[in-house]
Amino acid sequence: MKRFLLFLPLLAAIIVGVVLFAGIGKDPTKLDSALIGKPVPAFSLRDLKQPETTLDEAVFRGEITLLNVWGTWCPSCRDEHDDLMWLAREKKVSIIGLNYKDNRDDALVWLDRLGDPYSKVIYDPKGTLGFDLGVYGAPETFVIDASGVVRYRHVGVVNGDVWERVLLPVINDARENG
Amino acid sequence: MYPELGQLALILALLLAVLLSVVPLVGSLTGRDNLQAFARPLTTGMFVFVGLAFAVLTHAFLTDDFSVAYVANNSNSMLPWYYKFSAVWGGHEGSLLLWILMLTGWTMAVAIFSRRLPSVMISQVLSVLGMISVGFMLFIVITSNPFDRLLPNVPADGADLNPLLQDFGLIVHPPMLYMGYVGFAVAFAFAIAALINGRLDAAWARWSRPWTTVAWAFLSIGIALGSWWAYYELGWGGWWFWDPVENASLLPWLSGTALMHSLAVTEKRGVFKSWTVLLAIVTFSLSLLGTFLVRSGVLTSVHAFASDPERGTFLLALLAITILASLMLYAFRAPVVHVRSRYGSLSREIFLLLNNVLLVSATLLVAVGTLYPLVLDFFELGKISIGEPFFNLTFSPLAVATGLLLGVGTFSRWKKTDGGWLARKLLWPLAVSVLISTAVMVAYGGFKPWAFLGVFTAVWVTTATFWDLWDKSSSKKGRVHGLKRQSRSYYGMVLGHLGLAITMAGATVVSNYGIERDVRMVPGDVATVGDYQFRFVDIGERRGQNFTAQYGSFDVMLDGKLVADLHPEKRQYAVGMSVMTEADIDAGLFRDIFVAVGERISDNAWAIRLQYKPLIRWLWLGALFMAAGGFLAISDRRYRIRERDVERSAAASPEQAGTQRTAGAIS
Amino acid sequence: MLRILCFVVATVASSMTFADVSAVYGFDDRSEEQRYQNLIAELRCPKCQNQNIADSNSPISKDMRNAVYQMMLEGASDQEIVDSLVGRFGEFVKYKPDLDSRTFMLWATPAIAVLGGLIVVVGIVVRSRRTGTAAPTLSAEEQARIDKMLAEKNRNGSA
Repeated sequence: MKRFLLFLPLLAAIIVGVVLFAGIGKDPTKLDSALIGKPVPAFSLRDLKQPETTLDEAVFRGEITLLNVWGTWCPSCRDEHDDLMWLAREKKVSIIGLNYKDNRDDALVWLDRLGDPYSKVIYDPKGTLGFDLGVYGAPETFVIDASGVVRYRHVGVVNGDVWERVLLPVINDARENG
Repeated sequence: MYPELGQLALILALLLAVLLSVVPLVGSLTGRDNLQAFARPLTTGMFVFVGLAFAVLTHAFLTDDFSVAYVANNSNSMLPWYYKFSAVWGGHEGSLLLWILMLTGWTMAVAIFSRRLPSVMISQVLSVLGMISVGFMLFIVITSNPFDRLLPNVPADGADLNPLLQDFGLIVHPPMLYMGYVGFAVAFAFAIAALINGRLDAAWARWSRPWTTVAWAFLSIGIALGSWWAYYELGWGGWWFWDPVENASLLPWLSGTALMHSLAVTEKRGVFKSWTVLLAIVTFSLSLLGTFLVRSGVLTSVHAFASDPERGTFLLALLAITILASLMLYAFRAPVVHVRSRYGSLSREIFLLLNNVLLVSATLLVAVGTLYPLVLDFFELGKISIGEPFFNLTFSPLAVATGLLLGVGTFSRWKKTDGGWLARKLLWPLAVSVLISTAVMVAYGGFKPWAFLGVFTAVWVTTATFWDLWDKSSSKKGRVHGLKRQSRSYYGMVLGHLGLAITMAGATVVSNYGIERDVRMVPGDVATVGDYQFRFVDIGERRGQNFTAQYGSFDVMLDGKLVADLHPEKRQYAVGMSVMTEADIDAGLFRDIFVAVGERISDNAWAIRLQYKPLIRWLWLGALFMAAGGFLAISDRRYRIRERDVERSAAASPEQAGTQRTAGAIS
Repeated sequence: MLRILCFVVATVASSMTFADVSAVYGFDDRSEEQRYQNLIAELRCPKCQNQNIADSNSPISKDMRNAVYQMMLEGASDQEIVDSLVGRFGEFVKYKPDLDSRTFMLWATPAIAVLGGLIVVVGIVVRSRRTGTAAPTLSAEEQARIDKMLAEKNRNGSA
């Protein structure tokens, strides 16, 4: 009658095992953004391509946008650049760049040489907007809906696979429930 | 040519392990002595072939054979020879081979030192150890072969051993830690064997005890070495981060401590058997869990090996088979009948049971704190971090409670202790402890509630331990005679408990009265930390065998007198271009002075970390005491049972399985 | 938020003190410096392998340390500082999770374990009282073996 108590350790071990099994292969370093469901933080920064123009959070209003955080110092940003070009050209995705902790001359040379997938690029040399967005490593790509609310954040390189599997469903959802 | 021999040796060892896990077990179950007789030769063969494989891998490292992928990834021709040697266990594959070497070594030790045990028991114990070996040998052969070759494109040089691991601490820390982890496999095997043949009795507890104690002693040293290494090598002066990998080593230590104590009760009084056998299973399971956490990448840690989902899955399957099978066996075979024994509420049995409650709660706390982020992630409830502030808040009360209980329990007697007598007994130790801890507070300049509690507990344990020794050693033939009369296992306990007190005192004082400052200094500056002045003299450069370093020169002064001249470094390793902070420490029994160079702030200004660490050495000194106590205890003569007694008791075994389950102990 | 590079702060601060060097970040007094050290020790670097921002040298940790310092200058409380960073980087950066419905079991487990254990022990004591006089714990064979072993021990022990 008391024997069932002796099965409790077995039960506990099974539960722990299931949790551990689910944990295998997940990347514990990938974090969801804390800003999901919240509007893009207020900012006022210069446009990279037109230094006289000041940009603020209003640039995200009107259509669903990808906000891509990049810098010329970031090797992975180079890896995803061609895919961003492809997204802008073939998929007609509106991408706004956030040039993060970089300098203007290097960034302009980069865009000149590799092509420019961005409709606008926010120039953030000190990383203030990046910090407010909780950026902890470039590249990061945010999905922002038509009312300027953050829907999703992808940490790491964007490519065709990530687009199909991760970003597109979020965008479609934002479109339907926007 | 050699690496292939190594691989062959591993495969042969695997085959022998398969035979070992089947043949003697079948022999023991069918009563065929000729099959049981294979246990020892198979064990020896398995150990020899694993040793051979290990020797081959070591040879590959020492001769810079970069055609072996594992050598190429973890060594470099510029490494000094001793780091080439320790690089053997610097990565996943080699450290796993070390793990297996230890396991077969322990199996060998059981075969050698248990000649006086009944043949049935020893056959089953060796078979169970053989099964564990099979699992891990399959793991290494299938997923993590250290002898894989990079042919025909042999690299000209290796990728180098991670500079963090190029250190004395890393030569000795993993072997000690694995000795502990793997050593609990022996207690586990005894438990499984006892469950199989239904002989969970005092004799079983007596046989398990020394193996558990010695594994625990090794684990204590291993953990202490890891903490010491983190303190001086990671560069920031912390000694325990509550990192998942550190917790993974603490878990079997905590439950192993509980196991040692409950084995004492089971041996002396024949009670709490089901509980003790469960602890033996859980302790080894936690060792396995630790191995999984370190190698699967499910948790983020500074110490983890590179993660690999395939290995993680294989390892988890291995764990699942081992742990679930043993817990299943436990659930069906452990005795549930309640003992009609009588113990007073203040008996030693009850104190040891309370000790188990606290230690198991602490184990649970650390386990939950380590795995909780995974659980939340599993239910997609977000990612959280659980670290130092959480554990400090929750673990400290348990540690204090354990220490306070220990002090009281020291005076208790088996079966029954008179309450009034005990209270009178405690009065003087209590007064002495209050006095001493108050004095310590005054000396360190400032009362802090948690500091007082921690110090008080440490002093309380020390006082009670010595008081008890004084009581016990009183003799008509004089004090010396009385002291000599005490058994080695009693002195082992004294040392172990003093060790706990020393570690507790160190942990409390260094976390409450340590001073840490991050300052900006240019050569010529003087900074004050506590009573000490640090003068930044200048900054220079030097070349090491495989790195270049910038070093700062610091004069440390106390009351205007020079006490130390420290040279912390920032090293740049030639291979891999990694930068390492090498702190410099002036060590002392009562305080460490710690200087580390951080980043360069401007042309000649540097961020410098200065620390004053009172009693930090006590943390590791206490662990040494505990380990010494463990080794002393197992040298006690009562573990050397005469052969004929055991043979005679073994003769009583046929009915044992039946009688045991009805006459068993409490659940 | 206004952001000054840390070395500017440090240089300005150090030029004002001469008795002792300043902290990497300048503080008016030691208790503030200690408060800063405590805060950065409790915050986790989101980029690193389980390190706090005090020990990590990654750029994001520098930014976070700087943010903590700036907020301290602006007079923010510990709670406000932590909340502000959690608002940007998520719960992940906090080493001590709040007590809420998700983390209830985390905080409650040790208490439940201790209380449950105490109840079991009390149960054992009460039951052993109820059974009255000490009855033999062991089967006859077992008892005989134990006796023999104890006798052996005593012989050895006194030898």
